[in-house]
Amino acid sequence: MTNSAIFKSSVGKKALMGVTGLFLITFLVIHCSINAMIFLNDGGETFKKWGSFMGTNPIIRTMEIVLVAGFLVHIVDGLLLWKQNRDARPVKYAMNSANANSTWYSRSMGLLGTLLLIFLVIHTAHFWIPNRMQQGLTHWHNEIDLYGKMLEVFQNPVIVAIYIFGCVSLFWHLLHGFKSAFQSLGLNHTKYNSAIGWAGTAFSIVVPAIFALMPVSIYLGWIK
Amino acid sequence: MKFNLKVWRQKNAKDQGKLVDYTIDNINADMSFLEMVDVLNDELVRKGEDPIAFDHDCREGICGMCSMYISGRAHGPQHAATTCQLYMRSFKDGDTIYVEPWRAKAFPVIKDLVTDRSAFDRIIAAGGFVSVNTGQAQDANALPVEKADAEKAMDAAACIGCGACVAACPNGAAMLFVSAKISQLALFPQGQPERNTRAINMVNQMDEEGFGNCTNIGACEAECPKEIKLTNIARMNRDYLAASLISE
Repeated sequence: MTNSAIFKSSVGKKALMGVTGLFLITFLVIHCSINAMIFLNDGGETFKKWGSFMGTNPIIRTMEIVLVAGFLVHIVDGLLLWKQNRDARPVKYAMNSANANSTWYSRSMGLLGTLLLIFLVIHTAHFWIPNRMQQGLTHWHNEIDLYGKMLEVFQNPVIVAIYIFGCVSLFWHLLHGFKSAFQSLGLNHTKYNSAIGWAGTAFSIVVPAIFALMPVSIYLGWIK
Repeated sequence: MKFNLKVWRQKNAKDQGKLVDYTIDNINADMSFLEMVDVLNDELVRKGEDPIAFDHDCREGICGMCSMYISGRAHGPQHAATTCQLYMRSFKDGDTIYVEPWRAKAFPVIKDLVTDRSAFDRIIAAGGFVSVNTGQAQDANALPVEKADAEKAMDAAACIGCGACVAACPNGAAMLFVSAKISQLALFPQGQPERNTRAINMVNQMDEEGFGNCTNIGACEAECPKEIKLTNIARMNRDYLAASLISE
């Protein structure tokens, strides 16, 4: 059996979802931690220091390529799973009491993922893409003022609402995805299941809440 | 008791099929669901109509034949029960009850509520066995098996291959079934020599049959009449991934 056959198999595809999902979770930790520096309310000084380190350090910029690849694999694999799973039931039930045996968000990972993808496009169009465009390939230190851009973008209540909606989608996606990743990789053990479940729920609440608080705080003028 | 039934009628595999309304009265609350359908079929035969085709055999919850999707649930609303173990007292007088076949690409409808579940047989034939002659019963302690492993293996072996997991899964995935059949052998010493090839061959056959992919929703575990656990799927994932990475 060749190694490429693993990723064509059902078990391999879900393992790939799990690995990339956990990798993206580590990205969320870093992204959230650095952006939370705005809560120091020091005019963005600490945030700018860390932000420009992330935007100019060659090791981080190399990891950024891996991150983009991680996103792409997670998205493409997810769409592939969604299509195959839809095809596996060509005739739907006339009556289906799905809520009696499962949660709506565990059944809606494709939908939640699509909402997150739309949010990701909007979000990167606000900050990441304009910044990298200005930096180009050679002028890494020619960054845009991300802090100033945040203060400017989050004056619009519609955009703030979109960001909150994105964070809510992220909450539901993580609530299933975090612990699901462990199961897909075969990491299910009576001794650790409750810890994984607890960590997953806590992570799903804390990280999206911190993220959502950023546009809200700026809009309400708590952060200047 | 009186019920309004909406039953899936389909002449053959090629027919489009549709839900047909039936009203049935004077049903005893202690009748099983299958007995209620028997009464209905009796009426249909007397009227000269084609009776509803449905699978059934033991009628004591061990054969796994009575596949019916009843009011949106595999084997109906009762927990850990097959259709023959579902009694009409689980419903309210005057209820409207939907009766549909298992819905999955890998389980094509043959007629009415009868589906072709031979995909499961082919998965078993791909590796769900131990291919050495086990000979006569050995001395009890010649092959030590830990109590906990024996229990887990026996729990997995309780799977009756009914297909409720596939029917209930929004993805039409068969992983609870396949993982139970892999686990019941993977937990015993006799299952070790072929453990890797078994995992690979059974998963590959499952994929070939057109079952969906598991997304850890857990509907299978909730609807399984034999309460097979999701831990079996994790074990299958481990076995398959490990076997794939080391196989030549």
